[in-house]
Amino acid sequence: MEYKKINIITGHYGSGKTNISVNMALELAGRGEKVTVVDLDIVNPYFRTADFEALFGEHNIQLTVPTYANSNLDIPALGFDMNGIADREGYIIIDVGGDDEGAKALGRYLPVFKKYDTQMLYVINKCRYLTKEPEEALQLMYDIENASGLKCDGIINNTNLGSETDSNIISDSAEYAKAVCEAANLPLVAVTSQKEYLGDTDNAFPVKIYVKKLWEQFGDEQA
Amino acid sequence: MAEKTLMKGNEALAEAAIRAGCKCFFGYPITPQTEISAYLSKRMPKVGGVFLQAESEVAAINMVYGCAGSGIRCMTSSSSPGISLKTEGISYIAGSDLPCVIINVQRGGPGLGGIQPSQADYWQVTHALGHGDFHAIVFAPASVQEMVDTVTKAFDLADEYRMPAVILADGLLGQMMEPVTFEDTEIKMSDASNKPWAACGHGNKRKHNIINSLYLKPDQLEDNVRARFERYEEIKAKHTEAISDYCEDADTVVVAYGSTARLAKSAVEAARKEGIKVGIVRPVTLWPYPAKEIAEACKNAKNVLCVEMSMGQMVDDVKIAINCSKPVEFYGRTGGIIPKPAEILAKIREMGGKN
Repeated sequence: MEYKKINIITGHYGSGKTNISVNMALELAGRGEKVTVVDLDIVNPYFRTADFEALFGEHNIQLTVPTYANSNLDIPALGFDMNGIADREGYIIIDVGGDDEGAKALGRYLPVFKKYDTQMLYVINKCRYLTKEPEEALQLMYDIENASGLKCDGIINNTNLGSETDSNIISDSAEYAKAVCEAANLPLVAVTSQKEYLGDTDNAFPVKIYVKKLWEQFGDEQA
Repeated sequence: MAEKTLMKGNEALAEAAIRAGCKCFFGYPITPQTEISAYLSKRMPKVGGVFLQAESEVAAINMVYGCAGSGIRCMTSSSSPGISLKTEGISYIAGSDLPCVIINVQRGGPGLGGIQPSQADYWQVTHALGHGDFHAIVFAPASVQEMVDTVTKAFDLADEYRMPAVILADGLLGQMMEPVTFEDTEIKMSDASNKPWAACGHGNKRKHNIINSLYLKPDQLEDNVRARFERYEEIKAKHTEAISDYCEDADTVVVAYGSTARLAKSAVEAARKEGIKVGIVRPVTLWPYPAKEIAEACKNAKNVLCVEMSMGQMVDDVKIAINCSKPVEFYGRTGGIIPKPAEILAKIREMGGKN
């Protein structure tokens, strides 16, 4: 995957933005790069990048979260100094909340995004109920662009059916991803899934699944 | 076989309601169930239904009261503090013998509490969902697919017995994503969806129907309540549900419902691998309570462990179910903290095989 200074990950609820953000951050950190992850989710009460504080700590990845993330204060408050964050050495990955509602949070930082080399990547998942059709995925992308004031620069095909993902699901999604990319006139920058399901897919970006249910995590620990 | 899609629990509940023939939804937003409202606000108009965000939970439940009285399948949803506000309306709905579906995606309490998952509304939903002598049918699904399947069942039973049905979820179930399948077939409404009692306009062609929970004569009220309780006996006989696993030779049996049953089951399976004879029984309906099923599951056990995301609200029901014949211990977390499988496993190890 090609990175810019600032990488904004956006998409439908449950398209897999958080898992991709975590994987991107770990890949960059693995190469010895400095990385800051910004949890910009103002719509989701739980399951977010703020959950990965310990993992990021182990890899020297800096994490910036909304003041009240994972607390009981349910308000969309963002107190970031985005300029200050962007001034830091290394890469910035911004995990945005789902849909156009979540993308609204980007608007106030537009001057920062214009000042730095920035890309916004749109994550799609053919198995998600309301973005199963290319037209639906495309409409949501336009909604996100309108809400954020930014244009998407590329598409990530992160088609998955949670724990029931397999290689057929990935290969079946190729046509769907192609249709979205062609209609949007954007490049497919990555196909993301677990290594074993990707086969010889072009633009493959193997990921590990970090966003897991507690009983799945426990099963992994026991194995 | 219909195609599988990935859905958040809240969205799946909402879509399932539409497919069950729910035509009207009245709600008021509250975390962690707001996606139900958000989803229905987009989908309801497309199927010719009504989505209405009321000015409060009290207003929403009274809109359900009116809508149910006209015979239309309707639903409301909320989370714990919002359900407390709805209880007056729920009592009126029960007192007027009206069917509706109510979803509670529980969060921590009491008071405003928190927004993280909880099961601390067990007492409320099973024992006091409003004033007066009445029950609601209460389902406690444990997966996103089961929530989908439960919605149709809840509407059907609500219609059949003319009473409120509750789906008791929690923040974890509402927010998590899992693959689900919806039946492709047309919605089949049960016979009870034909409602000759509904106040939907008599057009001078029949006697007018009255929806009411006020009885001027005490003996009429008593007769009515008694008749309702006779129907409850039929529901107990026909619709009580529990699922048990690994209980036959178990020395310790875990009792847990909803998402906690998923957590507990992973601990039970880990304990089995360590050679500890432990089983699990999961109440699927919380009212009617599966007392017989729990007694059966625990018949060979030396002790019983109740696991909940609360301070232990179901423990007494388990004790009654087994007639206090063996020790019942409790493990739980509350205030929005989820009991971890490793913590449950530690408790199982401590109890395993003990007399």
